[in-house]
Amino acid sequence: MSYVEKELRVRRIENGTVIDHITAGKALNVLKILELPDSSQGVVSILLNSQGKYGKKDVVKIEKRELKSEEVDKIALIAPYATINIIRNFNVEQKNKVHIPSYVEGVVRCINPNCISNSNEPTTSKFKVNSENNELELRCFYCGRVISENIAEYLL
Amino acid sequence: MKFKGQHIISMTGFSRERIDHILNTAEKMEAIARGEKRSELLEGKILAVLFFEPSTRTRMSFETSILRLGGNVLNLGSVDASSISKGETLADTIRVVDGYADAVVLRHPKEGAAQLASEFSRVPILNAGDGAGHHPTQTLLDLYTIKRESYLEGLKIALAGDLKYGRTVHSLCYALSLYGAQITLISPKELCMPDEIINDIVARGAKIIEKDSIEDAIDDVDVLYMTRIQKERFPDPSEYHKVASRLKITVESLKNVKEGMKIMHPLPRVDEIDAKVDITPHACYFKQAFYGVPIRMALLGLVMGAIE
Repeated sequence: MSYVEKELRVRRIENGTVIDHITAGKALNVLKILELPDSSQGVVSILLNSQGKYGKKDVVKIEKRELKSEEVDKIALIAPYATINIIRNFNVEQKNKVHIPSYVEGVVRCINPNCISNSNEPTTSKFKVNSENNELELRCFYCGRVISENIAEYLL
Repeated sequence: MKFKGQHIISMTGFSRERIDHILNTAEKMEAIARGEKRSELLEGKILAVLFFEPSTRTRMSFETSILRLGGNVLNLGSVDASSISKGETLADTIRVVDGYADAVVLRHPKEGAAQLASEFSRVPILNAGDGAGHHPTQTLLDLYTIKRESYLEGLKIALAGDLKYGRTVHSLCYALSLYGAQITLISPKELCMPDEIINDIVARGAKIIEKDSIEDAIDDVDVLYMTRIQKERFPDPSEYHKVASRLKITVESLKNVKEGMKIMHPLPRVDEIDAKVDITPHACYFKQAFYGVPIRMALLGLVMGAIE
């Protein structure tokens, strides 16, 4: 790979956030959860299927915006191994792992079509998150139905 | 123990102490429920009854309960003739009705409706059934019936019929597990209790036994809880008839049962209990329907803060 190609592919950012080690193929879902690019003024770039130390991964770079850890934690539902790097003046100032939250609101819709949260009521979906034994389970706060597989399919 | 102003949404998280308190309060209400004693406990209080789905027993027993305690009923009436038919949300309906009443009884076809209502209501919401979700007052009246007609601690009970979709049997099992029950499950394989519920109940302290027919279990239990099997669960009508006939109670099936064995059923029944069983001392389902009154009286008195 030539130098130019490498530069074009992996452009460094001066200030902002790099979300690294996103499960390969999930970067677009991460953007959706974080409401990007709408929630950012700067350039947002994504890298799909990048070869990392532990296999393929996706990367999202958000310029001119430092994401707070609690903002990003909800992406742990679909990318539990992601890391959040805060970049200042081209340097990594902070590096944190995402934490699986115990409760999420307005991120996924309930799997149960007859659940009240899937109607025109003025409410958002709410789930208790259970992450025992490395398995992720979302239990609807309203109807109790559990989502344990393909969580990305139910993103709002 | 605080009940005033609290919503009754599901049995989940109900401690044994809270259940016992409700059952003991209901026992004190029984003479009033039978009309033998007059009470003005809820005089001046109004109960709004919002039924978005048809119901006979639950609606009438809530209405009887508030009337017997000297209060009044405000009935939504027909959904077709109300604002709901114009597309009003449940959240809006609740915010209007809570200005008219001191508590709201709600039955709604969607799961989670009572939880949602509780988020918008200034007054207690009593869930009278939300789709295939919860129906806590049915569970409490079942427990009360068992307490009055049999015993709760370490009960030997058999549940027969639709154990897959029947919401009342699931929450009854959860509640009975708090009392260390031995539960025998009898159902056709298409309608057996889901594994995750069985695992949960066992983890909570109940003992579970699975049997194929009522005959294999009936002689050993103190309570037989029957439920209705719905025809529409079976694509093949002949399969339904085969299953239904296997899960039917007749006077002959009662030959060797314990003297004090009681048969319960949330009603309505179809033909799973032969009418001749009604006159035996084992039949308990009509009493069970009556026990809904003292239980609902107790709940109304507690959540409206008239008693502690």
